[in-house]
Amino acid sequence: MTEHKEFTCIACPRGCRLMVSIDDGVASVTGNACPKGATYGAQEAIQPMRTLTTTVTVAGSSRARLPVRSSADLPLSRMLEAMAALDPVVVRPPVRRGDVVVRDLLGLGLDMIATDDLQAVGAAPDGDR
Amino acid sequence: MIGTIDTDIVVLGAGPAGLAAACAAAEAGARVLVLEREDRPGGILKQCIHDGFGLVRFREQLTGPEYALRDADRLGRLGATVMLEVFVSSTRRMQNGFELTCVDRGGVRTVRATALILATGCRERTDRQVFVQGDRPAGIYTAGLAQYMINIQGMLPGRRAVILGSGDIGLIMARRMTLEGMDVVAAHEVKPEPSGLSRNIRQCLEDYDIPLELSSTVTAVHGRKRVERVTVASVDDSMRPIAGTERDEACDTLILSVGLIPENELAQSLGVPLDPATKGPFVDQTMHTLVDGIFACGNAVHVNDLADYVSESGERAGSAAARYVARHRAGPADGKTERRLVPVRPDQGFLYAVPQYIDTAAPLDAVLYFRSRRTRPDGVVVSAVAGSHQCQSARYAFVRPPEMERFVVPYDTLVTALVDADSLAMRMEDR
Repeated sequence: MTEHKEFTCIACPRGCRLMVSIDDGVASVTGNACPKGATYGAQEAIQPMRTLTTTVTVAGSSRARLPVRSSADLPLSRMLEAMAALDPVVVRPPVRRGDVVVRDLLGLGLDMIATDDLQAVGAAPDGDR
Repeated sequence: MIGTIDTDIVVLGAGPAGLAAACAAAEAGARVLVLEREDRPGGILKQCIHDGFGLVRFREQLTGPEYALRDADRLGRLGATVMLEVFVSSTRRMQNGFELTCVDRGGVRTVRATALILATGCRERTDRQVFVQGDRPAGIYTAGLAQYMINIQGMLPGRRAVILGSGDIGLIMARRMTLEGMDVVAAHEVKPEPSGLSRNIRQCLEDYDIPLELSSTVTAVHGRKRVERVTVASVDDSMRPIAGTERDEACDTLILSVGLIPENELAQSLGVPLDPATKGPFVDQTMHTLVDGIFACGNAVHVNDLADYVSESGERAGSAAARYVARHRAGPADGKTERRLVPVRPDQGFLYAVPQYIDTAAPLDAVLYFRSRRTRPDGVVVSAVAGSHQCQSARYAFVRPPEMERFVVPYDTLVTALVDADSLAMRMEDR
């Protein structure tokens, strides 16, 4: 039995309209302008995966939040669970972008990574470099 | 007065446009000073913690802070100075450049420069600029303000939100508020089609089952101290609410994502002519405004949909300003006579095209950004015509007003075509 799904590609701002047909668990994608769309479409039809970007609490700094991102995509269905797991996380400066803030989130095999720098207290302000 | 700084180029604003402009100018050997009002460089990107930036420029998906830090680091390596927490209180055109009065934590100071680059970005339309009736209680925020509260200050703007408008920041905030535990009731767009990118409709609304109500608007806000509910209604073809379609939606927060306007208060104080179509300065392909020595870039010129294009215009402005300074040093009289401006005249198919002029004396390709006046799903052919000579054409599969398109005319083609033409016509035809 062939199943058909249609959705907008989110791999880049172009936003191609993808048509995916799934035959015995094998997805074939049309409407994509690049290989990224084919990969995305096949995955989206089976299990939607997304990057998570959010913030964590900062202590010991004039800044309140540190932005973080997931090192890989995680299942869309587990986003709210991931947010709940990040709720109690507190970081202290110094943090450098790329630093691992949370290792192996929810046992998914991916980390949460800092996407901004957090200077140590008393260090020169971020911009005076 | 705590002193005077003399430099070649002053860049106003350390967002993506200003940082790219400063890098390009410093790389070309000019002395550059960047003046920034906030306490960190990066502009609005500091609060844009989502990813999707940098695909064009770096071929990577970066978050806003990561994208901004790349240019901030590069600028640091180039040895240019970024002054933070500085406010420019006045600007004057002098015989040989510009004089700015600035206020910072130390006091008042004078900055003198040969060239100015305006990279002041844009501002959100507020509730005073859209016609929503009723009360004015707490709980009405622009999408960017809600983003600042959540991502920088770590505060939720409310518990249950209705979004008016379908601009990208509003869509991004629909997802962000949902992830942070708020209820997002719906996004209402007065036009028959969304104004944000399709990918954001998908990943910010559809992913979280947030309805997008098209041809629908908020007609009134109700609440004494805090928003308690809003009235929403369907609208007709001329965007007027249809009687009988009104219904009330309980919420404590109304988020506005109803457009951005280039910020040009400083440009106006310097007498820089603005284009009514873009609300930004008229510029040539080097991002030189119609006032000699003043360049402009990024969202101050026109509202871009990608940060990558903002940076591209910044780089153009920066290297052109450095050339201007070098020419000025060689002989101050040169600057004025050297420009040969030919207007770009887009036809009715375009909402606007930027730059509005081509300087045929500047050896640089023209990168024209344009928006279509209407959605054309069957695609269009865009061509640039000088006199009777068609010098460039390109096909676009699908155009719609919210999505900016890019059209390049090589310099060689330009000079040949514009030798005796008095304008460069832009035509948009069905494919």
